[in-house]
Amino acid sequence: MLPIQIRRVVSGAAFSLVAFSLASCGSGDQAVEFDDTVKVGILHSLTGTMAISESTLVDTEKMAIDEINAAGGVTVDGKKYKIEYIVEDGASDWPTFAEKSKKLIDQDKVPVVFGGWTSASRKAMLPVYESKDAFLYYPIQYEGQECSNNIFYTGATPNQQSEPATEFMFKKSPAAGKPFFLVGSDYVFPRTSNTITKSQVAQLGGKVVGEDYLPLGNTEVAPIIAKIKKALPDGGVIVNTLNGDQNVAFFKQIQDAGITPAKGYYVMNYSIAEEEISTIGSEFLEGHYGAWNYMMSIDSPASKKFASDFQAKYGADRKVADPQESAYNMVYLWKAAVEKANSFDNDKVREALVGIEFAGPQGPVKVMPNHHLSQTVRIGQITADGQFKILEESDGPVAPQAWNQIHPDSKGYSCDWTDPKKGGKYKL
Amino acid sequence: MELFFESLFNGVAIGSVLMVAALGLAIVFGLMGVINLAHGELIMLGAYTTYVVQLIFKLPALQSIYWAYILVAIPLAFVVSGVVGILLERTVIRRLYGNPLETLLATWGVSLILQQFVRSVPLAYASGIIFALLVGFSFPFLLPKKLLDGPSSQLFRAVGWFGSAIFGILLSGGLASQISTISRANSRNVDVTAPKWMRGGLEWMNLTFPVPRLVIIAMTILAVLAVLWFLNRSIWGMRIRAVTQNRSMSDCLGIPTDTVDVLTFGIGSGLAGVAGVAVSLLGSVGPNVGSSYIVGCFMVVVLGGVGNLFGTILASFSIGLLTDLIGAGRLLSLWPNMPSPLAATVDFFATTSMAQVMIFALIVIFLQFRPGGLFPLKGRTVEA
Repeated sequence: MLPIQIRRVVSGAAFSLVAFSLASCGSGDQAVEFDDTVKVGILHSLTGTMAISESTLVDTEKMAIDEINAAGGVTVDGKKYKIEYIVEDGASDWPTFAEKSKKLIDQDKVPVVFGGWTSASRKAMLPVYESKDAFLYYPIQYEGQECSNNIFYTGATPNQQSEPATEFMFKKSPAAGKPFFLVGSDYVFPRTSNTITKSQVAQLGGKVVGEDYLPLGNTEVAPIIAKIKKALPDGGVIVNTLNGDQNVAFFKQIQDAGITPAKGYYVMNYSIAEEEISTIGSEFLEGHYGAWNYMMSIDSPASKKFASDFQAKYGADRKVADPQESAYNMVYLWKAAVEKANSFDNDKVREALVGIEFAGPQGPVKVMPNHHLSQTVRIGQITADGQFKILEESDGPVAPQAWNQIHPDSKGYSCDWTDPKKGGKYKL
Repeated sequence: MELFFESLFNGVAIGSVLMVAALGLAIVFGLMGVINLAHGELIMLGAYTTYVVQLIFKLPALQSIYWAYILVAIPLAFVVSGVVGILLERTVIRRLYGNPLETLLATWGVSLILQQFVRSVPLAYASGIIFALLVGFSFPFLLPKKLLDGPSSQLFRAVGWFGSAIFGILLSGGLASQISTISRANSRNVDVTAPKWMRGGLEWMNLTFPVPRLVIIAMTILAVLAVLWFLNRSIWGMRIRAVTQNRSMSDCLGIPTDTVDVLTFGIGSGLAGVAGVAVSLLGSVGPNVGSSYIVGCFMVVVLGGVGNLFGTILASFSIGLLTDLIGAGRLLSLWPNMPSPLAATVDFFATTSMAQVMIFALIVIFLQFRPGGLFPLKGRTVEA
């Protein structure tokens, strides 16, 4: 027997958990009659440095689940299942992500986990999902160079974001033909992304005249600014993959140092979406560029409905951005796959998933055999009101490359999980 | 020549941020020997004070004098961080004098508490709480001494705290109703927008000098001069130095060492608040802003020689110049015909992350030969 105090604590915790889940059930739509429930996992950082970004994904995923429930839930074998979610906190700590994944899979027996933001958290979770043959849906644009049978990636790969962006900057931007300077935070995404950009610029016949990485947490950008001014005396393209708050210091100080669009310096950003624009301040970003699959300013009924539904649910001052759109899509894609497989069984869902199409807020997306999505690429210029003015849009969705075809380490490789002979990395 | 000036300016600019951030620590750690890991969070409080002051100046009634917000922000940030520092000294650190390890752990705990405080408490209420503390502490000094020593002193003190609580509630209510952005808890970083005159750059001889950097350099110079004057010329400054050199002797000679401790700690903390005003000009203000400066601060104080203000000044400017020299790859432009193996090495270190590694390595090597820093304290040491 446990000591009485511990039993009290345990029973108290259990009671509050039950009460909490009852409360969250109660808020659902009463009109739909369900036959059963299915629990899914949501795993993002609710505390720590990443909480700011990742909590917006939790909001969006909850919204998608509520919408699906209101429309009758998930139908399997003629039975209507109500989706319930278990939210776990990754606490901005990568081992915690792995630990909570184990808990969701082993203890809660969820068929699917929606989660992650940083590549580091994904890399920490990957072995857990592979060893337990469970399924993770990961919604963030990332550096590629990975293709797991147990992860389903709904964010952009470099060929759906940075490659078209580099081409645009080199050929069509006001700084066309000018040299490039690459700035990023010192971790895996900027370094991999910039390796690709360097090879690509060389192929295009351009020049990369410098690159620098700021250690995470450091905001002293004066040496980088000095280097940019020396390397690009007559303006040029700056490719920016800095992380979070380092952007604020960077954009404030380059403006003071005279590195502005008016003087011929254009910054292309891969990590600045509408949410970040409002944090940094559009007065520092106006005239610079961004590349995403979804932008809040897309003028389509689906995009407007997504934005207005989100604002109606969470407040009129909230914004929607690419990562949220990805998170929204992945919940619907999972539902479609389960219904197509007519089962919650992992192997069947995985098989059913490839080839599924969905009309998302960005337009049509389709699940490809490499577990990534084909999506539309958009290049936009940041305006004074904190939105993107869309300048270029790909002709329809672009197929994803899990293994980058420009990066020297992965050139000539591909991934196809529908063919057992090919698998995660095979030579083309 | 141009290169020389640009490099010098950049070095001074980087150094002055380090200097202003480390000045308070030079007093707290240097003179008192207290390892205060919450120093970064006192900087953060100063930055948040700047943010609140700026929001107040954005109200319609004050918008016309928005350009002058910094004149209010500097003294207020000094007072806010100073009061929190004094509170910290009275409640935690005073009980741990002479136990550096325990101080280290306790102040680290305090730093986590302060970070969570600004995340979870709406800034309007945080301002109210700090204002109430400020009024409550200063109340006894405003009353005639007779009243406080009299028979009903307890009553007067109670009335004082009650009144200051009311003041605090009124202030937070007023702020929350007027400025909606700080009426809710907000864990994301906020931005201090400098007025027009503090943005942009001054052009001179083909060089651009960013105005915020110039403002920070000016603030640093003024702060250093004020501290030097205070320590060397004022009566309390002399008492502080006396206690630093020999606590028991000073005590015997009638110097109120307890008051000196509070004062020293308060001033050191207040200077951290001023540093907060400075760093808010460079980047965004968030709960973690302090932790990104704390390592640099200790580095500067240790390198300069604990207990020596001139050492701190010299150390921060040499680190600033080195950061610029190595990180911006200036050695190559100074000596373009460098032999290629050497040039490759220099180029390898010419990134911000490698420059940081290099500077730490240089400091470690330097401290091997001069463990006391640039200017070690000579003679009998403090309370050893």
